[in-house]
Amino acid sequence: MRMTNVPHAAVPIDKDTPLLSVRNLAKSFGKNPVLRDISLEVAEGEFLTILGESGSGKTTLLRILAGFESPTSGELWMGGERLDLLPPYRRRINTVFQNYALFPHLTVAENVAYGLRIAKLPQPEIQSRVQAALAMAKMSAHALAKPSRISGGQQQRVALARALVNRPRLLLLDEPLSALDANLRRQMQIELKSLQREVGITFIFVTHDQEEAMVMSDRIALLRSGELEQIAPPREIYTRPTTSYAAQFIGRTNLLRGEVRGGIALCGAIRFPAPLPDGPALFSLRPENIRLGTPAQFTARLLDRVFHGSSELLRVECSDGQVLTVSTALREEYAGDLQFKFSPADAVPVRETTAAPPANSRQEHA
Amino acid sequence: MFSRAYKFAISAPPLLWISVFLLVPYLLMFGYSFWAVSSSQAIVHTWNLQNYRDLLIHDVYRQTLLRSMWIAARVMVFSLLLGYPLAYFLSFYAGAKKELYYQLVIIPLWVSYLVRAYAWKTILGTDGVLNTLLQYVHLTRHPLDFLLYSPFAVVLTLTHIYTPFTFLPIYAALEHIPRNLVEASHDLGATPAQTFWRVIFPLSIPGVLAGATFAFVLSLGDFLAPLLLGGPSGIMISNIVVSLFGAAYNWPLGAAISFCMLLLVLSLLMFSEHLEKRWSHS
Repeated sequence: MRMTNVPHAAVPIDKDTPLLSVRNLAKSFGKNPVLRDISLEVAEGEFLTILGESGSGKTTLLRILAGFESPTSGELWMGGERLDLLPPYRRRINTVFQNYALFPHLTVAENVAYGLRIAKLPQPEIQSRVQAALAMAKMSAHALAKPSRISGGQQQRVALARALVNRPRLLLLDEPLSALDANLRRQMQIELKSLQREVGITFIFVTHDQEEAMVMSDRIALLRSGELEQIAPPREIYTRPTTSYAAQFIGRTNLLRGEVRGGIALCGAIRFPAPLPDGPALFSLRPENIRLGTPAQFTARLLDRVFHGSSELLRVECSDGQVLTVSTALREEYAGDLQFKFSPADAVPVRETTAAPPANSRQEHA
Repeated sequence: MFSRAYKFAISAPPLLWISVFLLVPYLLMFGYSFWAVSSSQAIVHTWNLQNYRDLLIHDVYRQTLLRSMWIAARVMVFSLLLGYPLAYFLSFYAGAKKELYYQLVIIPLWVSYLVRAYAWKTILGTDGVLNTLLQYVHLTRHPLDFLLYSPFAVVLTLTHIYTPFTFLPIYAALEHIPRNLVEASHDLGATPAQTFWRVIFPLSIPGVLAGATFAFVLSLGDFLAPLLLGGPSGIMISNIVVSLFGAAYNWPLGAAISFCMLLLVLSLLMFSEHLEKRWSHS
């Protein structure tokens, strides 16, 4: 049983099977469902972000992966091994906690050495690995300091070193950047991403910040009210959102509501070709995909404009009263009716979903 | 922010109280310890160190003090052995019943010390509950007489009385431990037992020190339990002080013993405070 504790234990890796697979996972606290029917697979070396609002169940999902909560139903598999039956201390998974959870009675170096000492590694190896991890975290100078004596950003790096020094197969990160100020946070996003490429360990990162998710992830798993809304690479989830919630949560968008008749979408005054069967439809059209120009798909008058540095956001009202947001290059004056065009391919048909927690039934997937 | 008059008005009454009823009596006692008792049983105000000399010369005082400390040490160990697991269980595993159990531990503190000491007398006596039971089930043929009027009875009673006092600071220290530290430890591969010894116990040491100090200091100065249940072999130092101030009418010697006890207790408190500081990290 000790084997599971030993970092580097040679586990044969089958390239075809995913590192982690989550199968039909559900979790309720009492009668309150928190996660429903989550299935996803994570590849070896991937950076997956679990993105969601507070209350979406993202932290619960992470805690189930770490072993601090057990699922109500469903299974977890890692490298051909049933994971959800193992206690947290038998999983080759390490976690970077939201508020770091450094041991206050131990020094920075002792914190980092904790997992290796528990695994009863030989002392020289512990020392060299702790030193390397501290160097990576740029904390060698503070090795003998107690956690209460170092800054939040430093604590964050120690927490990362303490987890990575064990060479886990999977690293879980629970909003580790949320306590840092904006500048440090942006810097850490880049550092984390390059660190992950360097060490080649699979990261599962939880955040509520869509920008953070876009910057760092290979794929984003978007959770909404305990359900998996969409899982895709950032570029795809941004350009091809499958639901109205995904389109609105990640970036800005215009939702065009209307119907398709004979291959033409009719959304109020806006019409464009859409290769869809006849019936009601909802489209997401990003503000930057709408341009001033002819031939115009619609005309509108300017309501207000918000300066954004390199670009400007215009709020415009169509002749039928629809209000749209358009992102344009800077321009001095606008006068009269404006003409706008967009490529019909950029109007992405989406399924309608809302942020409101669904009732205790699974009706919207029925 | 507050005027000087206001600050004076709120701090004067407690300061006055402490001065009149604590500092002055201690000073008086300190003064008494240098006086003497004449052959006609009157206290004479001649300054001398004879009382302190007597304490060093006569074995009875040293032995009683050592016995008192030995009893107090055992009470400390036993109430830690009982109080710690109890506090640990309540803090980590009692779940929704936490409040109820907590109240159950606290309730005995509302019952008079005297009543509880007498209760042990009823349990441990020759015709007491325990002896009757043991004979009834034929484990013993005659009443066991070491149960009552012995250091054993004193240690048992004091442990019963002071266990809640050790429990409380330990429980408070355990409640203070962020639960994600326990999760972090499990996450890093430590079993629950390893987590206890490497994380939970070290972080609870300030509470253990406070609880141990309570149990030791309070038992060291106790005189009721030895009086009611100790018998001749269970006499403690405070019983000597009581009799010196009472029947023996040797206030100066009683005061000298009391002052030595006070010094001993104060140095113990300072020592434990020093240790607590070393073990706290926030």
